[in-house]
Amino acid sequence: MSAPLIHLESISRRYQMGGETIHALREVSLRINRGEYVAIMGPSGSGKSTLMNLIGCLDTPTSGRYFLNGTDVSHMDDNRLAEVRNREIGFVFQTFNLLPRSSALHNVELPLIYAGLSAEQRRGIALQAIRDVGLEDRMHHKPNELSGGQRQRVAVARALVNKPSILLADEPTGNLDSKTGEEIMALFENLSRRGNTIILVTHEEDIARHARRILRIRDGLIASDESREPLHETAG
Amino acid sequence: MTPAARNHRRAALQIVLAELRESLFMALDAIRAHKLRSSLTLLGVLIGVFSIIAVMTALRVMQRNVERELSQLGAHSFMAHKFPAMMFQGRPNWWAYRQRKDITYAMANEVVRRATLPTAVGIEAVFWGGQVESRFASTAPNVQLYGETPGSFPVRNWTVAEGRSLNDSDVEDSRDVTVIGASLARTVFPFGDALGQSLKLNGIHYTVIGVLESRGGGAESDQENIAIVPLTTGLDRFGRWHRSLNVLVQADGADRYEDTVDEVTGILRVLRKVPPGADNDFEITSNDSLIAQFNQFTRAVRLGVAVVSSIALLAAGIGIMNIMLVSVTERTREIGVRRAVGAKKRNVMTQFIAEAVVLCQVGGLIGVALGLIGGNVAGVLLKLPLVLPLDWVVLGLVICSVVGVVFGTYPAWRAANLDPVESLRYE
Repeated sequence: MSAPLIHLESISRRYQMGGETIHALREVSLRINRGEYVAIMGPSGSGKSTLMNLIGCLDTPTSGRYFLNGTDVSHMDDNRLAEVRNREIGFVFQTFNLLPRSSALHNVELPLIYAGLSAEQRRGIALQAIRDVGLEDRMHHKPNELSGGQRQRVAVARALVNKPSILLADEPTGNLDSKTGEEIMALFENLSRRGNTIILVTHEEDIARHARRILRIRDGLIASDESREPLHETAG
Repeated sequence: MTPAARNHRRAALQIVLAELRESLFMALDAIRAHKLRSSLTLLGVLIGVFSIIAVMTALRVMQRNVERELSQLGAHSFMAHKFPAMMFQGRPNWWAYRQRKDITYAMANEVVRRATLPTAVGIEAVFWGGQVESRFASTAPNVQLYGETPGSFPVRNWTVAEGRSLNDSDVEDSRDVTVIGASLARTVFPFGDALGQSLKLNGIHYTVIGVLESRGGGAESDQENIAIVPLTTGLDRFGRWHRSLNVLVQADGADRYEDTVDEVTGILRVLRKVPPGADNDFEITSNDSLIAQFNQFTRAVRLGVAVVSSIALLAAGIGIMNIMLVSVTERTREIGVRRAVGAKKRNVMTQFIAEAVVLCQVGGLIGVALGLIGGNVAGVLLKLPLVLPLDWVVLGLVICSVVGVVFGTYPAWRAANLDPVESLRYE
C-alpha cells in the first residue's frame, strides 16, 4: 500500500487571543489518499477552516506532524511552504479571489509566474487550463465582466494550472445560485473522476453529498468520518 | 555549478523578470485606476525632478553662453590687469583693489620691451559704451570702444576680414583711424564697403581702415559690436589720468604658457615694486580662469538647487510611502491570493517595491520632460542652442528610483509580512 497523500499525525493548533488560548484543533489525525473526494463539514468555529489552512500549507500546526506527499511540511519555513503551495495545492475560494484588474487568462497564469515559467510556457499551459473549464471565448475578459459561475471556473482553472496534488475548495458554491452551484459541482465530479484529489470545505449537506467521504468536525475534533456512495452516481 | 543549480538560478531569474514585468503593468494599472490620487502623489516627485533638471539645463545654457562670452582671448593667452575680472564678494575687497597702482602706459610699454617669451604683447584700454554714427545710420549707445596696440590683435583673437589692422605708426602718430567689429559694420554700413568711410565717435570723425572677421555663432554677439582705435588716440581723447591699462600676452604654445605667465608676472612685480613674498597687486586672467570663476559662482546655485530638490523629493518620498501603504491595505486580499498560489515573501516585496519605483519613474519622466522644456526656455529667449544635460537626466531618474526603493521598502515589507490566512479573509 502506498503512503497516503495527506497524513496528519495528532495535529493541534492553538491561537492566543486576548490572553486566552483557543484550541482550534485538538490532536487530529487523518489520512487522505490520492484520488479521494473528501468533504469537510462543520459549523463555524468548529475548526474546519483551521484544518483547511493547515492542509493547504497556509498555516503550520502548533504540535503534531503533517506529511504531504511523504514530506514533512509541519515545520517548514515560509519560503518552502510557498513552494509547496505552488506545487501541491490548488485553492478555490468562496469569493473566487481573482485579481480584479487582470484578465481571466492572466489570473490563470498567476501560479505559473511563481513557478518560474517563461511567458510563452505560461501562456500555453494557461490556455489549456482555461479551455478545460470551457472559457476560452471569455479568457480576455476581466472578472467583473464574467458571471459568478464563470468566475469560479476561472478560479478552478487557476487552481489546476500547476497540476497540484490537491484541489482545496473552501465553500466553492457559497456565492453562487443553486443552478450555477450544481454546474461547479459537476465540474468537480468530473475532475474527481479524472483522478484529482479534492477536498471540499462546506457547511451545506447538499454540497457535501457530492463527495465520497465526509468528515465532520466539531470543537476541534473529527466527530465522524463516513465513506459513502456519492449522490451523483445514483441520481444519474 | 551543477545543471540543477543552474536551472534553479535561471528559474529564479525568470521569476524576477516575470514579476518586474507584472509589477510594471500593475503599477501602471493602479495609476490609471486612481488618477487623482496618483497624480497628487506623482506631483512631489515631478516637482523635485523638474527643479533639478530645469535649473541644471538653464545653468548649462547660461554656461555655454558665458563660456563663449568669456572666451575673449586667443589660444595660450592671458591678460594682466588691475581689477579682478569678476567679483562676487562685495565692497570691502573692491576698496582693496582700488588702492592698487594703475597699470600705466609707460609701465605697459616697459613690459612690452622687457618680455622675451611672448609671441605677441598688446596694450589695451577699454573706454566706453557709446553711440556710433555713420552717414547711413547710427547705433544704439552700446558700442564698446577699445584702444589697442597692434600686438593686441592676435591675443584678442581678432582677424581682419577687410582692410588692414592697426600698425605701429597709427599708434605712434595717434591717428584717427578705427577697425570695427562685423556686427557694428553691418549696422552702420548696411550697404557694405565700410573701408575708407568715416565714423563719428563722441563727436570726432575716424576713418575705417579695417573690419574684423565675424566669429559666427551668436550673430548679435556683443563681442562684435565694437570699435577699435589706436591706444594713444584713445588715451589722448579720453584721458590717461586714473586709467589702468590691460596688458595682453600670447605665449608661444601651451608648453611655454606657464613660463610666459611667470616672466610677465616677474616683470610687473619689479615695475610695480612688489616686495618679495607679497601677493601680486594685479590680476592674471585667462579664458580658463574666467570660466573657473564662473563655475565657482554657479556651484552655489547648484548646491541650493540640490538642497531644495532634496527636500521636495523627501516630501515626495513620504507621499509615495503613504500611498503605497494605502495600496497595500486595499490589496490585502490580492496579496493573500498571491501568497496562496505560491508567492514568497520576497516575491511580494519585489512587486511592491517595483510599483513604488514605477510610480516614481512616471513622475520622474514627466519631471525630466518639463524640466528640459523649462530650462531651455531661457536658451530660446537668449537665442542659444538647446541643451540636453544627459548626465543630469540620468541622475534625476536614478534619484527617482532610489526614492522609490527607499520609501517603497517599508510598505512592501508590510505587504510581504501579512499573514496569508488573515489576508485571504480580509474584507
